[in-house]
Amino acid sequence: MRNWQFFLAALAVSGLAYLGTRLIGNDYVYFAGYVVLQFVVLATAWNILGGYCGYVNFGSAAFFAIGAYSTVALHKFPQLSARYLPETLNSVVEFIFPLSIPVMIVIGGAIAGLVGLGTGYLTLRLRGVFFAIATLALAVVLQTLIVNWDYVGGSRGAYIIRPNTTPYFDINYIEYLFIIMLLLAVIAITVARSIERSQLGYGFATIRDDELAAEATGVPTLRLKLIATTLSGAFMGMAGAPFPFYIGYLEPSSAFGLAYAVNAIAMPMIGGTTSWVGPLLGAILLGTLQQVASVTISSAVSLLIVGLLLVFFVIIAPNGIIGLWQDYFPRKEAPARENSKAEAT
Amino acid sequence: MTDPLLQVENLGKRFGGFVALDGINLDVANGERLGLIGPNGSGKSTLVNCLCGTLHNETGAVRFNGTPVNGLLAHQRTHLGMARSFQLPRPFHTLTVAENLRVPLLYTVNARPDTSLSESEIEDRCHEFLRLVSLEHKARKMPRDLTQVEMRKLELARAMAADPKLLIADESMAGLSQSEVKDIVALLIRLNERGITIILIEHIMSAVMSFSQRLVVLVSGKKIADGNPDDVIRDPEVERAYLG
Ligand SMILES: Nc1ncnc2c1ncn2[C@@H]1O[C@H](COP(=O)(O)OP(=O)(O)O)[C@@H](O)[C@H]1O
Ligand SMILES: [Mg+2]
Repeated sequence: MRNWQFFLAALAVSGLAYLGTRLIGNDYVYFAGYVVLQFVVLATAWNILGGYCGYVNFGSAAFFAIGAYSTVALHKFPQLSARYLPETLNSVVEFIFPLSIPVMIVIGGAIAGLVGLGTGYLTLRLRGVFFAIATLALAVVLQTLIVNWDYVGGSRGAYIIRPNTTPYFDINYIEYLFIIMLLLAVIAITVARSIERSQLGYGFATIRDDELAAEATGVPTLRLKLIATTLSGAFMGMAGAPFPFYIGYLEPSSAFGLAYAVNAIAMPMIGGTTSWVGPLLGAILLGTLQQVASVTISSAVSLLIVGLLLVFFVIIAPNGIIGLWQDYFPRKEAPARENSKAEAT
Repeated sequence: MTDPLLQVENLGKRFGGFVALDGINLDVANGERLGLIGPNGSGKSTLVNCLCGTLHNETGAVRFNGTPVNGLLAHQRTHLGMARSFQLPRPFHTLTVAENLRVPLLYTVNARPDTSLSESEIEDRCHEFLRLVSLEHKARKMPRDLTQVEMRKLELARAMAADPKLLIADESMAGLSQSEVKDIVALLIRLNERGITIILIEHIMSAVMSFSQRLVVLVSGKKIADGNPDDVIRDPEVERAYLG
């Protein structure tokens, strides 16, 4: 299947899923579904660097938070400009703002992508556990910055009043956020899948397998790593951008929450990291499980479940659910990439 | 006289206090078949690593095809036309055997401004190189399903797939049967006749002697002999180095 065909198919599937939620006719579906979809995007983004290139990022929460806080900053900008900018400039600002959610997703994604690029640049020579530690450090540094940045609320946090409805469609705002996250998930998955089947995907795989051999065969490993950290960071930021509107009140400890770092790793690992299916599967399973567990038991327990599952999979089934599936239903030959024929550009 | 394809000048490499390469000078002419021998640990692989950019030499200069390559990354040197096999095979273990060969085709051959292989041409070339090392029947297998010997062949095929001007084979024939050694030597000579310069590092003397037009001997990081293979092999210093 070509990329655009896949994109249309994924759109159709998500359209059906949306129709399904309308049949249920209860806003709780959107509240819960939004979180699951947000994790689909986050896990897919993590997997571009962690699964395809083999670089484990422990700092996913930082990129998610960058997206979320860029939205807060943009949301508060008109207040700032009214106070400090001259009248003419302020009228321009008032004309442009408030920005729509999709625009804020693009901006949050761009900023997080730049931070991803910078992170990649600073950690180019780091591998394995050292890279992982560096990403963890990044999250700590960023959280400290945000805690001390009053404009976005500092440690007190910031309130974002969620509108009741959208100007374009007569639907509840939470339903609107759900639709947006659904589209974002479709885009992220399509991008991830197209990478897998492209020259870039082969390059990423060689980085995961053996960087010295990759260089020796002509793969510009440093440049490819930068592409991966940028793309991965950008999608994580996009996943976080609408979050302040979802949550209503954003504080550093929720934006930088442990749940994001853990889930971003656990979902692809449990699903399987070699293809786009893994993070999707892992996010839907774990995301749903956590939603159910936090409603019926508590959110602390839901994170515990994720942790235990992660330990189980890392030890028993390191290739995730997809790996288990392939072990039980082995193909006659290793997967050929015939369909890349039609897709080569 | 044309410039040599590869010029190595006073190349030195240390690992901590250990001198692995000590002032190596070496010119390799375009189209030459060079044998490089020396006892284990004499620095042959380290020399390859320094030439190809896998390791950085502290002293000395390397020019390839007229371009100084000091400071170039390994993949840039590969793009210029150097390719090497690793002594211990390093296949891409999550890619199939055929896909392993796609990598140099996509990233080196197709990166040249004057080439753009179509998908079917890439497929054809993969199979052509697999056929040359008789691995066609393993095209869809994963590297873990190969024997050590087959892994060596894959390693060599992947280097050839980069369509190099200079091919360096680092002990590709260890463990091969006599007839397989003959086949690989014949293959290397065929490649050489197509215009590829080849440096062969090998312990199997019959292979070295039938392949090489010129022989270089490395001992403890120093070049101790360089010349006509029959003369070099009778050099008393070389005999002493080999006999202990
Ligand atoms: N990465 C390394 N770190 C430290 N010592 C090394 C390294 N690589 C090779 N050496 C040492 O350098 C010497 C030359 O090794 P090598 O080039 O592999 O020899 P050869 O290929 O001729 O058998 C050996 O003594 C080896 O132990
Ligand atoms: Mg060696």
